[in-house]
Amino acid sequence: MAGSQTQLIEGLNALTAGLILLTAFGMVATRQVQGVMRFFVVQSAFLAASAFLIGFSRSSIHLLALGVITIAAKVIAIPWVLKRTLPGDLYERREINQVINIPSSLLLALLLTIAAEFLVGPLLATTPDPVIHVNLPIGLAGILIGAYSLIARREALPQMVGILAMENGAFFAGIAIAPDLPLIAELAIAIDVILIAVVIGVLTRDIKQTTGTSEAAAMSELREEPQP
Amino acid sequence: MTLIAAVFLPLLAALLCWLKPLRSIAWGTTVFCLSISFATSVTTAGQVLRNGRAVAIPGWIEVDGLSALVVLLVSFVCTLAAVYAGGYMRHDSQQKERLWWFYCNYNLLAFALIVVPAFASPNMVWVGVELITLFAILLVAFESTPRALEAAWKMAILTIMGAPISLLGFLVLYWAYHNSGGGTAETWQGLYAMSSAMPPNLLKFSFLLVFVGFGAKAGLAPMHTWLPDAHSQAPTPVCVVLSGIKTTVPLYAILRLLSIILASPEARIGNWMVVIGLFSVGIAAFLLLQVRDYKRMFAYSTVEHMGIILTAAGFATQGAAYGAVAQMLNHSITKSLCFYAAGMVLLTLGTRQISEVRGLFRTSPFTGSALLLCSLAIAGAPPFPIFLSEFSILSAGLRSGHNVAVAILAILIVVAFVAIMRQVNGMLFGKPESTSPVVRVPLSCRTAVVLAAIPVVVLGVYIPGPVHSLLQLAAQQLGGH
Repeated sequence: MAGSQTQLIEGLNALTAGLILLTAFGMVATRQVQGVMRFFVVQSAFLAASAFLIGFSRSSIHLLALGVITIAAKVIAIPWVLKRTLPGDLYERREINQVINIPSSLLLALLLTIAAEFLVGPLLATTPDPVIHVNLPIGLAGILIGAYSLIARREALPQMVGILAMENGAFFAGIAIAPDLPLIAELAIAIDVILIAVVIGVLTRDIKQTTGTSEAAAMSELREEPQP
Repeated sequence: MTLIAAVFLPLLAALLCWLKPLRSIAWGTTVFCLSISFATSVTTAGQVLRNGRAVAIPGWIEVDGLSALVVLLVSFVCTLAAVYAGGYMRHDSQQKERLWWFYCNYNLLAFALIVVPAFASPNMVWVGVELITLFAILLVAFESTPRALEAAWKMAILTIMGAPISLLGFLVLYWAYHNSGGGTAETWQGLYAMSSAMPPNLLKFSFLLVFVGFGAKAGLAPMHTWLPDAHSQAPTPVCVVLSGIKTTVPLYAILRLLSIILASPEARIGNWMVVIGLFSVGIAAFLLLQVRDYKRMFAYSTVEHMGIILTAAGFATQGAAYGAVAQMLNHSITKSLCFYAAGMVLLTLGTRQISEVRGLFRTSPFTGSALLLCSLAIAGAPPFPIFLSEFSILSAGLRSGHNVAVAILAILIVVAFVAIMRQVNGMLFGKPESTSPVVRVPLSCRTAVVLAAIPVVVLGVYIPGPVHSLLQLAAQQLGGH
């Protein structure tokens, strides 16, 4: 009985992993600021779900706490903070400028996922734990795809969501490989993530107020050549 | 107890600066609290010399030789930069009514910097390093000009992007420690003791991730591009902290992890560190040749020095480790002097362009001599301390058989030396272009410069016994054979 329950939970966890990967692809494929934000919130909810699932099956109070922290920080606090600090027109329905078009971006994201699988191969050989075999490669893929969208997009808010999505990837791997991290460290890390969102939010607002745009590409005054 | 005071006084100072009735005396509060923090960190270093380590909260806040050295450097640099900030910000800042906010932020940065070496647990070190980045970004953006905001944004993207990557690295490290029977209380000391029992694959993967994440914050090439932009735009006291110590602290975390990996017999990565270090030195040396802004020049010199320290750590011998920690110490004290001088040039002439500064010796002899002294010292001329530590790194490299690397390093150091001296030569001598009246440099700036020059001059000819023993203790912790 216990064995089949564990298997069910592992299956559900694998499903969550797939959904997290799917939302990462969704963020790459969306061209609207609001859409990217929504995908991030959904991804964070799946992250919390995975923490609850594994926490339940291993009766680990740490992971249940991590799930609660994730919901409080990423599903509620961060979207709220961003809504508060950023002027409304940053959220308006408009399209994000992107260096590489979306089909090529999706292809690249796919390649990054495969690369992540290869990179963690030697690490997985050290453990038989099926949860790590799912979470570590998907988590790393989440980090790499987030980093890609950060580089490819030249606008403040989507760049910031890229950083937060990278963090989701790190946490998703973390719930498998470091499930009993001391609670103080976990809390400190969660607060740190919120602070990152606050600082970037404030910075984005100041840039918007001073220069009238939130396009990072428009900021190119500082470079090595002499300025005219 | 003294360690607690050294770590938490800056936090107290930040709180006091934030309180409304005390906002007008924010500078005084900052200098007062940071000086006591410096004094207590000197006492802590004394304790470490006597007992080998000092423990405040077991498993969380404790220091050994290496971390005591970094704590000492942080509090020294931050205290003097705070003194300097008094006169400088009053003259230069466009945001005078928000100065309390500047000092509040500055103290938070000092707290984050000092708490990273004091933390015994690697996961908390990650939290601390991220806090450093955030407060530093806010300080770079303080003047809120379009250019300052641009510099802050570039810095934010490049350095915060590393945060999730290094977080995964530290989680993998925890996994390796925990799986080898290390329990849940992970400390640097415990990791070092377990290093040969942990799977080398996990260790290498974890180091790779932490290196990518923290390397950007330490200003290692090719992730150094935020550094010159931030240094040209940030208020000078912030530059002092950014260059003098903010790059050293993430590098300290990298070196800590490196020492654990080097102690594991199967994971050979020393030579990779040499290659990456030399790459940073090379990039910096050639950018130094063509730089046009003197604050950017000193920023590139920081990239060079971080590369030299990493190269020395990659040599992985006891002698090179001594050179690396000595270079850390000498870089911090000398680079802060450089930015004090650069800030005074900016105050008196109001330009950042090297080509617009001529005949500084005639217009302002005090600023001119400070600039000459610090440039000779930072470029590594004898008899200044950087010459000694670079020399000991080169000779340690020869003894361990890294002949090619030593040859390349020596050539690049000479290129950087020539580049810096050529740029500074033009600024110091010749005929002054403008006849504009010379602004008198504020007293607090002069005081900071004189105080900062003392160790730069003294340590080149005489290293006091306690400093030498602290360096040796730190080098032991850095490892090598």
